[in-house]
Amino acid sequence: MGGTSSKLPKDLLSEYQELTFLTKQEILMAHKIFSELQDRENGLYSSRVSMEKILTLPELKSNPFRKRICHVFSTSDMKDGSLSFEDFLDLLSAFSDSATLEIKSHYAFRIFDFDDDGTLDARDLEKLVNSLTGETDDTRLTGEEMRQLISNILEESDIDKDGTVNLSEFQHVISRSPDFVSSFKIVL
Amino acid sequence: MPRHKLIASESDVSIEVDVGKDNEFSLYYVEVEENSQGGQEKQTTRDGKRRRERNGEVSRRRASEKRTTEVDTKRAEKKHEKRHKTARKEGEKHEKRQRRKNADEEEAEEESNKEKKNIKNERTKTLRRDDEKEKDVKKKRKKHVKNEEDNANSGKTKQKDCHDMPLKEKKKKRKKPETTSESESKSESDSAPESKDNQAVGVLGSLTPEELEKLKEAVDERKKLIATMRGKPWPMKKKLVVLRESQEFVEKYEGALGKGKGRKLYAYKVMIMKKWMKFQRDFENFKTACIPWEMKIKEIESHFGSSVASYFIFLRWMYGINMILFGLTFGLVMVPEALMGKPYGSIPRKTVPREEEASAMNFAILWDFGGYAKYSVLFYGYYNSQRAIGWLKFRLPLSYFLVGVGTVAYSYMVVIRTMARNANEEGGGDDTSFNFSWKTFTSWDYLIGNPETADNKFASITTSFKEAIVEEQESRKDDNIHLTRFLRVLANFLVLCCLAGSGYLIYFVVRRSQKFALLGLENYGWWERNEVNMVMSLLGMFCPMLFDVISTLENYHPRVALQWQLGRIFALFLGNLYTFIIALMDAIQLKRAEEEIVKKNMTIWQANLYNGTVPDNSTAPPITVHPADIPRGPCWETMVGQEFVRLIISDTMTTYITLLIGDFLRAVLVRFLNNCWCWDLEYGFPSYSEFDVSGNVLGLIFNQGMIWMGAFYAPCLPALNLLRLHVSMYLQCWAVMCCNVPQERVFKASGSNNFYMAMLLVILFLSTLPAIYTIVSIPPSFDCGPFSGKTRMFDVIQETLESDFPAWFGKMFSYASNPGLVLPFLLLLVLAIYYLQSTSKTYKRVNMELKKKLQTQNEENKKKNKLAALKAANELEQARKAGEQRSSSASDLGVNEESSSIDEAGHHRQAGQNGRFIHPSQSQHTQNSEPPVSSTHTTTRPPASRGHTSSGHLPGHPQQPQKNSHSNRR
Repeated sequence: MGGTSSKLPKDLLSEYQELTFLTKQEILMAHKIFSELQDRENGLYSSRVSMEKILTLPELKSNPFRKRICHVFSTSDMKDGSLSFEDFLDLLSAFSDSATLEIKSHYAFRIFDFDDDGTLDARDLEKLVNSLTGETDDTRLTGEEMRQLISNILEESDIDKDGTVNLSEFQHVISRSPDFVSSFKIVL
Repeated sequence: MPRHKLIASESDVSIEVDVGKDNEFSLYYVEVEENSQGGQEKQTTRDGKRRRERNGEVSRRRASEKRTTEVDTKRAEKKHEKRHKTARKEGEKHEKRQRRKNADEEEAEEESNKEKKNIKNERTKTLRRDDEKEKDVKKKRKKHVKNEEDNANSGKTKQKDCHDMPLKEKKKKRKKPETTSESESKSESDSAPESKDNQAVGVLGSLTPEELEKLKEAVDERKKLIATMRGKPWPMKKKLVVLRESQEFVEKYEGALGKGKGRKLYAYKVMIMKKWMKFQRDFENFKTACIPWEMKIKEIESHFGSSVASYFIFLRWMYGINMILFGLTFGLVMVPEALMGKPYGSIPRKTVPREEEASAMNFAILWDFGGYAKYSVLFYGYYNSQRAIGWLKFRLPLSYFLVGVGTVAYSYMVVIRTMARNANEEGGGDDTSFNFSWKTFTSWDYLIGNPETADNKFASITTSFKEAIVEEQESRKDDNIHLTRFLRVLANFLVLCCLAGSGYLIYFVVRRSQKFALLGLENYGWWERNEVNMVMSLLGMFCPMLFDVISTLENYHPRVALQWQLGRIFALFLGNLYTFIIALMDAIQLKRAEEEIVKKNMTIWQANLYNGTVPDNSTAPPITVHPADIPRGPCWETMVGQEFVRLIISDTMTTYITLLIGDFLRAVLVRFLNNCWCWDLEYGFPSYSEFDVSGNVLGLIFNQGMIWMGAFYAPCLPALNLLRLHVSMYLQCWAVMCCNVPQERVFKASGSNNFYMAMLLVILFLSTLPAIYTIVSIPPSFDCGPFSGKTRMFDVIQETLESDFPAWFGKMFSYASNPGLVLPFLLLLVLAIYYLQSTSKTYKRVNMELKKKLQTQNEENKKKNKLAALKAANELEQARKAGEQRSSSASDLGVNEESSSIDEAGHHRQAGQNGRFIHPSQSQHTQNSEPPVSSTHTTTRPPASRGHTSSGHLPGHPQQPQKNSHSNRR
């Protein structure tokens, strides 16, 4: 244990276990990884790790939503997407295997809500689709296709027909999906 | 902590709260508010001793908000001094920030309160009163915990708590009772809390068991909250605060709960519970630590996505099952026989016959599981029929039989249980009403951590989008349907030909091998000896490729094509397996005929042996003959076991060799020849191979089927399989990582899990059929195996019942097993199945109806919402025209209240929707009119009540009351 335990007191560890869907090993692992990221922050030591550092993690590197994920889980006052260790644990907990559908869908919604306005409107959806189809031009959808796609999505999911998908509508859709829980996972 | 830091954090918070976009604020407003409340409560209790002081503060604050900040800071400092030294720095800091936020919120709150003059002022008053009273309580409680009166008091407050809790959001169950009352006073009408408060004051002096009960309930609620906290989407800070508070609460009151004698017991119980929880958690940790290959699978997951990883998870699952099977056969059959049974060479069945002795140690023979391997615990024939062996009086034949049955029963249980669990998880996964939404919201696989895979995934998502759009646009264009039909029929015909051909080939080969066996295998080479297995393996290797080619004729959608392909391979494997079994049955008949001859010869041989001596003189010492020289029957059971073992071995070998040649060699060639080749090998023809998930899973399933089939006659099979799976795990992991490329056509992992399981179940059933048939209908060999000498294998049960159990038990058993009882029982079972089936059908129908109802409900809601929104907009417009600039914000509120009250009169559930519809236009309105009075940011912020109602109703439950509608958004 040595260094790890000195940094992560036992009672805090048990509290973390209580509050997340992670096991003890996972928390310790997360702590190790997090401290490594911290140490790379040359010079001054801070309790937060900047978004750039977090995004160097291989688990997040190729994720098209990596920046959104950081922003959603960050409790930083600066809105810079930097994560404290607790934020990091929150992230891992939400993406862990045993997290409930409810919490996963909640965070998924916030990740997809690019402008943080509490609903997924057409612009959010467009951004979302663009993130899914990748950055290169040849995989992009044309404007016509995009329009069609978004109108289809809204037709399906927008139950109250206000032109946006809100959280409960989103959760309604997600809860029937067979794949969501198994794919909305990040394992360290 | 120095003061300036506090101030800095305060400013931080104000930035967060105020500078943030209006919309955003309205979304997360409630959360912030909750936060602040939490902090506030905590603070209140902690500062219980300083009640008077704080009361002063409160009044002061009410007088001027400007000073509040200062006061709060002071308070914070005091509190800080008071704080425990061991408190963690981090927690402290964030708690303080919370408090700052809280102060800020209070400020804002009060400003808005001021604006909403009449009602809101009263509310504030109630709030304060609440605060004060609670502080009273808290103070007393702290001073003398033992005082029951205090308990009564708190019990009373708790009671209130409990009543409200179920209705409210769990979140509001805060540590201190005041929270609930506070939030309650906020969200409900103002008179109610007041009266409740009065009640609380009235009962303050008495304690009844009822109230104790309430307190207990409250404690239980806390506990539940602690247990469910991890499922709440709050930031960790908040969770930590709430957790600590709840734990404190529970600790404090749990001990005080029991009275007199009960108290000790209760405390003891609580302690045990705590220990138990801890143990459970540790055990959970231990369990996850024991799961093997987690890292390997994770790595594959990140490179190839969840579909490839699902194969390895399936493999691991299989490994687990085989581990159990192995444990059973090894522990209860092989080890007892090896340790306690008669040693090798003591009786004929445990000795290598004389004519085989010379070659019994040859590697080729051993590899073929002949020679010494054949006469060992690995096979059925070695076991002795002695009823009880060793000093333990271990009933080996019985154990052998029960283990055979038990392995199958266990497998059934596990497979069916897993299937049921999967079915649960899948829910209504097959309805396609959210096709596009699912594609958008759930298609990304967050496990992917490899750029190349990510690119593939991007491409496949794009394709699926485009496909879906095209499909949507032109629902179906049938160009030359006749040609397609003809091609499909042709393809199926070809496939059938292939299947029949392969079946015949196997039958032919098996018959030929029997001929070889009759003539003596020694005269033939390796090929003749291993012909059957090789042919089966080769067919299993090449036929799927052929099917793949044929399926291009059909022009199906990839998903459908994949299913066809899987179905065909399944049929092929099954056909091969069954041809093999039928051929084996023939072999069994041959052996039994041979056995008859041997039996006859045996008597002649015996007569020859006792030649000259008087056979009926039993006292004469028997002539000792070495067991190797005694003639013996062919023992068909061992033969069957051997066949299966050989099959498994050759199957394993082919799998590994295919892996090495097909994947590794190909990858090496492509990689290194690419530099000196005329076309691009990496992207051109050979390319790297993809990992064939479905084919591999099928292979695994069939392999398992063979294990189930053969395990009864060769107890070593589970062990062999375990070895094979273990090696497979490492070899395939390595092969996948080093020579495969991520799939282009992604086969969804979760949807197919139950498909695989269903196949496994079918295979399990089909493989137990022949095993059961042989056990039940063919008499065991007369001179080998644990059941030798009996007419049927299951007679061992009868024998045990007669000799090991009291007579009445046997009688009862025979009564129970007579047809008169069994048949009604079967009938009952059938009836039960029928009943369950029809109930499930009914449920399904009810479900469908409910779905329909929901849809119509939603339609209705939509209309009403539109109407309500229109009305509200109209009224807003009027108010805007009527109101001067000065009172614009106030009139705004009035309109909102009015409209919601109208709504409530009509439909309660509309409130949430309504609020949401009003909100945007209203805030826009406020911005447009730019009220000069509200120069501060707080006026543009929607008041708390609207913050609550800003979410829509849950589509699935449109009738839920308003309170629940905001619980959904957290």
